[in-house]
Amino acid sequence: MYIVVVGGGKVGYYLTKTLVNEGYETLLIERNPAKVATFTERFGAVVMRGDGAEAATLQEAGVARAKVVIAVTGDDEDNLVICQMAKTLFNVDHVMARVNNPKNEEIFKRLGIDTTVSVTNLILSYIEQNLPDRELSHLLTLTHSDLAIVEARVSPRSPYVGKALSELKLPPDVAVSAVIRGEHLLIPGPDTHLAPGDDVIALAHRSSEDELRNSLTH
Amino acid sequence: MKVIILGCGRVGSTLARSLDSSNHEVTVIDWNEQQFQRLGSNFGGETVIGTGIDEDVLRLAGIEYADVFVAVTNGDNRNIMASQIARTVFDVSHVLTRIYDPVRATMYHQLGLDTVCSTTTMADIMQSKITSEAAIQETAVV
Repeated sequence: MYIVVVGGGKVGYYLTKTLVNEGYETLLIERNPAKVATFTERFGAVVMRGDGAEAATLQEAGVARAKVVIAVTGDDEDNLVICQMAKTLFNVDHVMARVNNPKNEEIFKRLGIDTTVSVTNLILSYIEQNLPDRELSHLLTLTHSDLAIVEARVSPRSPYVGKALSELKLPPDVAVSAVIRGEHLLIPGPDTHLAPGDDVIALAHRSSEDELRNSLTH
Repeated sequence: MKVIILGCGRVGSTLARSLDSSNHEVTVIDWNEQQFQRLGSNFGGETVIGTGIDEDVLRLAGIEYADVFVAVTNGDNRNIMASQIARTVFDVSHVLTRIYDPVRATMYHQLGLDTVCSTTTMADIMQSKITSEAAIQETAVV
């Protein structure tokens, strides 16, 4: 499997190093000649000098036979264009972009980037899932839709407490998938009653998340 | 018309002044405040400091009510990304993108952006001047 990494900052450097060690055929494209010289000394022939947003560079790198192109420069606009060119001009199967401004993650997806990685969002979701006073955490965002699997703990003040699931006025496009009480998994049915401290796992549309959060946790 | 111009360089500022003097509502975005000096003291439009690839900055410039968005910074990729945000996220009806690299200009034109490639435009003008002057000289010799 041939992998092309564009951008020789810290992320690109360690990513390339790891991929090479894992035995993948890898090429790193970097603009700065000084960096290219240093990296070539360390990695051997897996580093190429060039601008990854230039079609000629991608051509020379043999991107057309790459399984994955990963753009990890520090500039979102460059990562977007590199991925779009690899996909449009060279029919690369899978393009991945590092996203620096977390807001751009969604925009990138809408613009055809298969996978985006935002360190800010990763840290945020880690905090949300691991801090005790968490409200509604994203367990998984589903690809190609605005749905996410979310988890929230039922607060004692929630209007849902003591009511059967069939009686709840859930926001639109929300499906309660599981209720965890203590260490027990309850498969929810119409008669399942929610209790304070229950962890509710639900499939929810993005537009309904705020309402669901308010109802469960306030 | 409400026009947002991203990039207050020579092209951006010239266009902004000209549209402003024909009574269009103009907002110019640039990350470098000093660039706004190019607009001159008679400029009646708005200026916003920031990068055009940030939704919040675009919103601050009033992109939700814009009829036209023009991306003329000196970075091709920045112009491309800002234009795609304007089109995809904010549904601006007319988006114009300046791209220096002819390959990228062609590709994004095929993907639906209204691209202006200053490199090929300039080269074409130069070439037609050269050939027409050569033709005149030849005629003169004959």
